[in-house]
Amino acid sequence: MATAPANLERQIRVRIKRFNPEQDKRPYWAEYNVTARTTDRVLDVLHQIKWEMDGTLSFRRSCAHGICGSDAMLINGVNRLACKVLVKDLGDTISVEPIRGLRVIKDMIVDMEPFFDSYKAVLPYFINDTPAPSGERYQSPEDREIFDATTKCILCAACTTSCPVFWANGSYIGPAAIVNAHRFIFDSRDEGTADRLEVLGKANGLWRCRTAYNCTEACPRGIPVTQAIEDVKRELLWRRT
Amino acid sequence: MARAHKYDVIVVGAGGAGLMAARYAAQHPGVSVAVISKLYPTRSHTGAAQGGVGAALGNVSEDHPEWHAFDTIKGGDYLTDQDVAEMFAHEVVEAVYELEHMGLPFSRTPDGKIAQRKFGGHTREFGKSAVERACYAADRTGHMILQTLYQQSIKDNVVFFNEFHVLDILIEGGECVGVVAYELATGQLHTFHAKATVIASGGNGRMFKVTSNAHALTGDLMSVVYRRGIPLEDPEFYQFHPTGLYKIGVLLTEGARGEGGILRNKDGERFMERYAPTIKDLAPRDMVSRAMYMEIREGRGAGPDNDYIHLDLTHIDAHIIETRLPDITEFARIYLGVDPVKELVPIQPTAHYAMGGIPTTINTEVIRDGDNTIVPGLYAAGEVACASLHGANRLGTNSLGDLIVFGRRAGIYAARYAAETSYKDLPRDEQDFSRALIDRALNGPGWERVSRIRQDLQESMQDNASVFRTEETLTKQVEVLKELKERYQKIGVEDQGEQYNTELMEALELGFLLDNAEALVHAALNRKESRGAHSREDFKERDDEAWLKHTLVYKDGEGVRIDYKPVTLGKYEPKPRVY
Repeated sequence: MATAPANLERQIRVRIKRFNPEQDKRPYWAEYNVTARTTDRVLDVLHQIKWEMDGTLSFRRSCAHGICGSDAMLINGVNRLACKVLVKDLGDTISVEPIRGLRVIKDMIVDMEPFFDSYKAVLPYFINDTPAPSGERYQSPEDREIFDATTKCILCAACTTSCPVFWANGSYIGPAAIVNAHRFIFDSRDEGTADRLEVLGKANGLWRCRTAYNCTEACPRGIPVTQAIEDVKRELLWRRT
Repeated sequence: MARAHKYDVIVVGAGGAGLMAARYAAQHPGVSVAVISKLYPTRSHTGAAQGGVGAALGNVSEDHPEWHAFDTIKGGDYLTDQDVAEMFAHEVVEAVYELEHMGLPFSRTPDGKIAQRKFGGHTREFGKSAVERACYAADRTGHMILQTLYQQSIKDNVVFFNEFHVLDILIEGGECVGVVAYELATGQLHTFHAKATVIASGGNGRMFKVTSNAHALTGDLMSVVYRRGIPLEDPEFYQFHPTGLYKIGVLLTEGARGEGGILRNKDGERFMERYAPTIKDLAPRDMVSRAMYMEIREGRGAGPDNDYIHLDLTHIDAHIIETRLPDITEFARIYLGVDPVKELVPIQPTAHYAMGGIPTTINTEVIRDGDNTIVPGLYAAGEVACASLHGANRLGTNSLGDLIVFGRRAGIYAARYAAETSYKDLPRDEQDFSRALIDRALNGPGWERVSRIRQDLQESMQDNASVFRTEETLTKQVEVLKELKERYQKIGVEDQGEQYNTELMEALELGFLLDNAEALVHAALNRKESRGAHSREDFKERDDEAWLKHTLVYKDGEGVRIDYKPVTLGKYEPKPRVY
């Protein structure tokens, strides 16, 4: 018989990389001692700090259960969603930093525009100019399954901002954009593959990928990102021959 | 960025309803459209909807829109406007096909059709047995709708103002001429001058302690229009979803029961057989939530404190759980450390959905009184709105249906209106009201913490105005809210900066939440009967003679004024609601 977990409390030290452009020349580490419960998420701890200790702490969040993708941050050196990591699974010291490779605006808030620009570049929408039937277009469960994993993307940027190639070259289109291209390239109903592959075949496209697997490890949705990138590479090669 | 903007149609909110509205408005030749969102569009809470969108496609078993309309009306405990339900049940079929044409990746039947499954309160032949009506994409149907609509809006080059918080709507000469929004990145106010404004900003579940709702769901625009003299309709009807994760409130879709999940009390008994003998665990949400509370109250709750219920999926094929319910399975594993394949999941009702909201006509035009007087230029759709589709209790899957049907209508009607009309003048000093809100929050005396007031609000609403209510608890809550509003006048905001002042934003949101709670509690205190989600222990029966009518709550100085308007009936006579 299952029982809900007891709310044991424990003291933890939270190190947060702070930066307020209206006051600070450069980022610095601030420390907070908080009492956390077993079931607390890192997001709960950040809220506790913001709501009870320092109202100026700034971060994005909304759904608080791993669906909206707002609160991707670097937690103990790994890209994760703050709402999907439980304090009990971390040590007694937690470090929190903004995701890397995007301009930091304030505390955990980074400039997401370049990330969304890359996403938009791969034509991340269904393309099929054949007039639709009055009812639905049919698709077999097997055809639907091929791109199931890449439909899970919540555009949190955890993958792209964990990629060493992206850190070195911010104009690399990045894994998130390729994942979203994959979602349509392998959809049997879609007809826009050639245009997408043209974008992805360019200099800052998917050949920049060095198969570091950081993206796959970082994905909070369990998408096999590197595998998806390989699938698209193979598709591009196959189409060229 | 310039701080004055002009678009034919402005859409506030970028969830399912807002994006649908923007898409359809943009298709009207020559009409310019912009969307304003407090979040990035893909962060909208439509993305959290799990189980499905109900439409009588009949892909798995025989089904008809007439059956869907009847289920919606009966599910709404006859407070549903019947013309709205009939229109909805027909149009939602068309809207689901349109989503499929936009590329939405539904799960599929073996013969390649959109897959459908059972959901609470959806029946064949007017209540005979459960029917497969929920079109789904695993347990990520909302995510797929939100992503698909955002993708299409990129294709259509829709203009977005992301992370802009709308604080006021501009009414001049009785007509809506735009909105004022606070830009989070800079702390600047922007005026958006429009011919037509569509409000699609979602719900207000953050007024309760245990909720499935995102932190962003603070009922901002419900309060904004309420402050501008437009009433809120039926706010007392607030839905508690039966299966929220214990204490955390994270939702586990009703689709889990649609796939065969069973609710059990501490003795392992399938108690829903006693409350809804025909469709048992698939009874509508209000009934299941109440039944769970009854079990807990009578000492049959599970756990050390006997305060929760078990959701049992252990008898279902593990493959079905992993493929059709992957996300909720992961939620239970992460947040409670429980594996639904092998263990029972601790659950409790969670604040979920506002059936009431900004009153509209069937065509999404906002109305200002019981005579259905239209506010020209103002439209509302989605959870923020109340076209009286859901009545006293919304059936599962009808929220995603609502978004696509009413979002589409809002886009079409707003664009048509904008094309036929010219820009009206803005009011003088149009930003004053918003500026005053911000100044009050930033320059308050400073000894009350926003987070403490919000916590007191959430706890007191949970205790006094949630699944069960009485005159005593509601009267008490009226007093609590008065005190909280007084305390709110004395808040302090530490962050005085201009860039991404999220503390200021939370302070403004709390002000909106307090208004929402006030409207709900007064409406609930006035309605002396039990109907759907409004369950008064001191008036246990539904009373059609006195209360078959919609509530309209107006802001009246520091207090409220309440009025009523009739329900639109049709071919279905109100009958006792048994399942």
